[in-house]
Amino acid sequence: MSTMLEISGLHVSYGAIQALHGVDLKVEEGQIVTLIGSNGAGKSTTLRAVSGLLKPVSGTITFHGQRIDGMKAHDIVRLGISQAPEGRGVFANMTVAENLDLGAYVRDDKAGIASDMERSLDLFPRLRERLQQKAGTLSGGEQQMLAIGRALLARPKLLLLDEPSLGLAPQVVATIFQILRDINKSGTTILLVEQNAHMALEVAHRGYVLEVGRVVLSDDAKVLAQSDEVRKHYLGVG
Amino acid sequence: MTKLLQTLMDGVSVGSLYALIALGYTMVYGILKFINFAHSDIFMLGAWVSFTLATLMGWTSDAPWIAGPAVICGSMLICGTIGFVIERLAYRPLRAAPRINVLITAIGVSLFLENVGQLEYVFGTRPQRMPSLLPDTVLASVAGVSIRLVDVLVIGIAFSLMGALEYLVFSTKLGRAMRAVSHDLKTASLMGIDVDRVISITFIIGSSLAAAAGFLTAAKYPSINQPAHSNWILFGLKAFVAAVVGGIGNVRGAMAGGLMIGLVEMFGAAFFSPNLRDVYVFTLLIVVLLIKPDGLLGRATVEKV
Ligand SMILES: Nc1ncnc2c1ncn2[C@@H]1O[C@H](COP(=O)(O)OP(=O)(O)OP(=O)(O)O)[C@@H](O)[C@H]1O
Ligand SMILES: [Mg+2]
Repeated sequence: MSTMLEISGLHVSYGAIQALHGVDLKVEEGQIVTLIGSNGAGKSTTLRAVSGLLKPVSGTITFHGQRIDGMKAHDIVRLGISQAPEGRGVFANMTVAENLDLGAYVRDDKAGIASDMERSLDLFPRLRERLQQKAGTLSGGEQQMLAIGRALLARPKLLLLDEPSLGLAPQVVATIFQILRDINKSGTTILLVEQNAHMALEVAHRGYVLEVGRVVLSDDAKVLAQSDEVRKHYLGVG
Repeated sequence: MTKLLQTLMDGVSVGSLYALIALGYTMVYGILKFINFAHSDIFMLGAWVSFTLATLMGWTSDAPWIAGPAVICGSMLICGTIGFVIERLAYRPLRAAPRINVLITAIGVSLFLENVGQLEYVFGTRPQRMPSLLPDTVLASVAGVSIRLVDVLVIGIAFSLMGALEYLVFSTKLGRAMRAVSHDLKTASLMGIDVDRVISITFIIGSSLAAAAGFLTAAKYPSINQPAHSNWILFGLKAFVAAVVGGIGNVRGAMAGGLMIGLVEMFGAAFFSPNLRDVYVFTLLIVVLLIKPDGLLGRATVEKV
C-alpha cells in the first residue's frame, strides 16, 4: 500500500482569518479516509486546498509524491483528483446529461466516457430517468447523486466528497454510503468529509478529527468510533 | 402597408446590430458579473478599423468583391485581439477585487480608447465617410418598399453570426464550458476547465461580434462619427439595454432583446415622433424591469440547498 495524498503542516487563510493551523493528513491508496469535525473546523477548507481552489500560506500537499500545492485547480483535476463540493455545486441551468458531460471535461476517450457514464447511471438510476431535466429542478438528494456521479466521470484516482449526507433523509444517506463503498471497492480512493461521524466512521478505513483548524485525533476508523472523545463529541453518546 | 414593411425592415436591421453588441455585454456579465463599459468602444473601433483597413488597401471606390469579407474579418480579428489584451491587462488583475473597482476600470478603459482614437495619428478628430464595400443595389420592390442589398447583407451577416454563436454556446464542448464558468467559476475549475482561458475566449468572441456590428453599421450608415462622439456611447447603451431587457447573462435573451429594441425604436419613430426614439427604448426598459426584473429570458431557476 502506498501513500496517495499527503498533507503536511498545512496553513490556509482567508485574508486575515486563518482557517487551518498546520494540518497533517495521509490518504493511503485504495482506502476510504474520513475527515470529521464540527462546523467551521476547516474540513471544506482542507478539500479546497487539495483541489487548488485555495493557495496554502505554508505547508505542502503531495499526490503520489508530486507537489500539487500551488498548482491550478484544472491541472489538479487532470492529475486524477476530483471533488463533489459542499452544497453540490450542480450547474442548475444545465441538464443532468450536460452536468455529467462536464464531469468528463478533461477526458477525450469517447468510449471510456460512455462506459463510465453508464456506470454512473447504474449507480444512480434516478439520474437516468432525468437526463434531460434541468439540474436545478432535481431534489436535494438527486443533486447530491448528480454531484457524485459527475465527479466520478473524471475517472479520478482520488475522489473528494464534502458532506454528501448533508440535508438528506436517512434512507438516501444509507444508499449513498453504500454506493461509496462500491465505488471504493472498484478501486477509487476516497477522502470523505462528514459531520455525520457515525456513518462516516462506519464506511471509512481511517479517520481524522479536525478542531478549529488542527487535527486533534487520527486513528483506525474502528478505533476512533470507540474512543471516548469521539463518542462524546461526535457520536452523541456517553 | 408600405410604411409598415419599411419600418419592419429597418427595425430588424438596426435590431440585429444591437443584438450583436448586446451579446458581448451579456457574455461578459454572465461570467464576470460586471458591465464592460468599454464594450461600446470596441464597437466604435470596429467601424474605425474597418474604415482604416479599407483606406489602406485603397478600396475607396469600385472595391473588389473580396473587400467586404476581407475588411470585416480583419476588423473582427484586430478588435478580438484588442478585447483579449484589455481583459489580460486591465480586468484579470482585478479578478478577486470588488466589482466596483472593475466597473471603474472599465470606464477608464473606455475613456482611454476614445481618447487614443482621437489622436491625430490614430483616427483623428474628424468624422469620415466609409467607402461602400458591400454591393448596394435595389434587389426588389415589394409593395412599394425597395429592398436594398446592403440591408439584406447586414441582416444576413448579423443573423449568421448569431446562429454561429448559438451553436457554439449550446452545442459544443467549449460552449458548455462557457456556460459552466458563467454559473460558477470555482465549480467550473473543479471540472478541469481552465477558467482563465474560457474568459479570454469570451472576450475575443464578444469583441469580434462588436467589431462586426461596427463594420455593418458603417456599411449601413456610411458617415462615421469621430471616436469620442456620444452617438457611439448611445448606440452601445441601447445595446446594453437590449441585453438587460432580454435578461443579462442570457445569450438568447440578448438576441431577442436587440431585435425588440430595434423594432420599438423604429416603429416609435415612424408612427409617433422620430424625436422621441431614445425615449421608447428606455421606456421599454423600465416597463420590462417592472414586470420582469430579471429580463424577458432571465434566470428563473430555483437553486435548491
Ligand atoms: N470564504 C471565506 N471567507 C472567510 N472565512 C471563511 C471562508 N470560508 C470559510 N471561512 C472560515 O474558515 C473556517 C473553516 O471553514 P470551513 O468551511 O473549512 O469549515 P467546515 O469544517 O467545512 O465547516 P462546515 O461543517 O460548517 O461546512 C471557518 O471559521 C470559516 O468561518
Ligand atoms: Mg464545510
